[in-house]
Amino acid sequence: MLADDLRGMVYIALKDLKAYYFKAPNISWGILFPFAFILAFAIRNPGDLRALVPGLLALTVLFGTSSMEAIVIVFERRIGSLERLFLAPLRLPALLAGKLLGGMAFGLTVTLVVLVISLAVFGAGGTNWLLLVLALLFSATAFSAMGAFVSVAVKEVFEAQTLANFIRFPMMFLGGVFVPLAAMPGWLQILARFLPLTYSVEALRAALSGSAGSAAWLDLGALAGFSVVLFWLAVRTLARRMG
Amino acid sequence: MPAAIEVKGLTKDFPTGRGRPPLRAVDGIDFTVQQGEVFGFLGPNGAGKTSTIRMLTGLSQPTAGQAQVLGLDLATDLPRIKKRIGVVPEASNLYDELTAFDNLVFSMQLYGVPRAERKARAEELLRRFRLEEKRDVPFARLSRGMKRALTIAAALAHRPPLVFLDEPTTGLDVMSARALRQMIAGLRDEGVTVFLTTHYLEEAERLCDRVAIIVKGKIVALDTVAGLRSGAQRQTMVEITLANADGQTEKRRVVCEDGVESAIQQLLSEAQGRRILSIDTLRPSLEDVFVQLTGLSAEVMLAEKGGKGLVLSAVEGGGNAGG
Repeated sequence: MLADDLRGMVYIALKDLKAYYFKAPNISWGILFPFAFILAFAIRNPGDLRALVPGLLALTVLFGTSSMEAIVIVFERRIGSLERLFLAPLRLPALLAGKLLGGMAFGLTVTLVVLVISLAVFGAGGTNWLLLVLALLFSATAFSAMGAFVSVAVKEVFEAQTLANFIRFPMMFLGGVFVPLAAMPGWLQILARFLPLTYSVEALRAALSGSAGSAAWLDLGALAGFSVVLFWLAVRTLARRMG
Repeated sequence: MPAAIEVKGLTKDFPTGRGRPPLRAVDGIDFTVQQGEVFGFLGPNGAGKTSTIRMLTGLSQPTAGQAQVLGLDLATDLPRIKKRIGVVPEASNLYDELTAFDNLVFSMQLYGVPRAERKARAEELLRRFRLEEKRDVPFARLSRGMKRALTIAAALAHRPPLVFLDEPTTGLDVMSARALRQMIAGLRDEGVTVFLTTHYLEEAERLCDRVAIIVKGKIVALDTVAGLRSGAQRQTMVEITLANADGQTEKRRVVCEDGVESAIQQLLSEAQGRRILSIDTLRPSLEDVFVQLTGLSAEVMLAEKGGKGLVLSAVEGGGNAGG
């Protein structure tokens, strides 16, 4: 049974990547969108551009993993093809994990491009590579789980897009991408602690500055927690929708 | 050899809202499907056909009752059952973005068909369903008939011994429907058990070894097509068409109470020297059986050009409007 689940997961992810993710518009949008935001911020507030790289990477992972992920499941449910996966010999968590894996693989691929450009421009000196890899991986998992939850929580594709943006855009401004958390009012700092992007930015900032303090590992723990909770909610919601 | 499907007291209720009684879509049905047979599940829209298929394939949970599929308990062995069945839903639901070939390969990947076999099996299915030329065409660009054929091919990709076909020819043109019926008949020749839901009476008559008729969630008849016909109240008749002197034609019918031969003799004696244009034997059809057993009025319409493929939709309380 476990072998069926694992096999199904991998092939669902590969199918999604082929069918939906690796299309020119997705790739260009996934890379350009975070750059455009960061560039707009940098023009308005010229300063240490290197300090914006963790936020740029976190945004790229967020939008790379969740944009299509939030649509794929509800789209397949609408056209009936999700039923094919329900009929296949794999359990529901494995089915959703396959969907997550597809979103993660795409988000991480796009982020890798942005990372290479960033390191080429600003240099890689002092980077904690292990922490960097783990921070990207944990961020991708949390954001992909968020996308999956959004996708199973709604009935229409446009609702998924609306809900995903309703969550992502406030998170983008409260998650420490543009403004450090310490510079925010106290109540916003508390609110920011409920957002996975906050922990993603912090962990990536620590990794790129070469720090490996306990705070960074707590950030990874928080991202893991978000992943588990969001994934569990997605599985539960989908199971309920199946009736 | 265990039965392919054995169902006892299978029931499905759907909630209708707070304070309201649930809607009973399937009402305690019992039936058995033997291995290797084509079993027709016949009924008007909303009778409970699709709800039954969804329960038997694990897409929804029964409210009550038990079912064994290929000797395995539906409640406890669903993953093993899923590995051994193929399902063709009412709507063709493969992936628009993938080619015909890739769709078949993905189906095989999900069901654990060894990598070494996948390509050859996909090519074989494309040949068999006459889709070789569409191998690299995305599913979205295939015609409706081709989509249907490919959806059936995908359900057969892992060589399941039991296939569920939900309204396989609905909405197809005459040629595509005919080709698909030939394919379904071919499955029986290979020993595959077919559970077929349809509201095409002719399809059921032509393909099915046995037919269950379900109305409002209950099975009202289950027998071979011949058995159902023989139980019909309407008896076999002989019809003669005569040419009158004024150029008009006249039809006369006689019920075969003492056999077909005596009925023909009686009609010939009534011809009184007029020219005989045709003599036909009229046997009770599945439609007659349906109308008789269910008490529903049957509206029969020509769904396919040339009068082939009669569609049955039932409305309570009326008279027979067709046939």
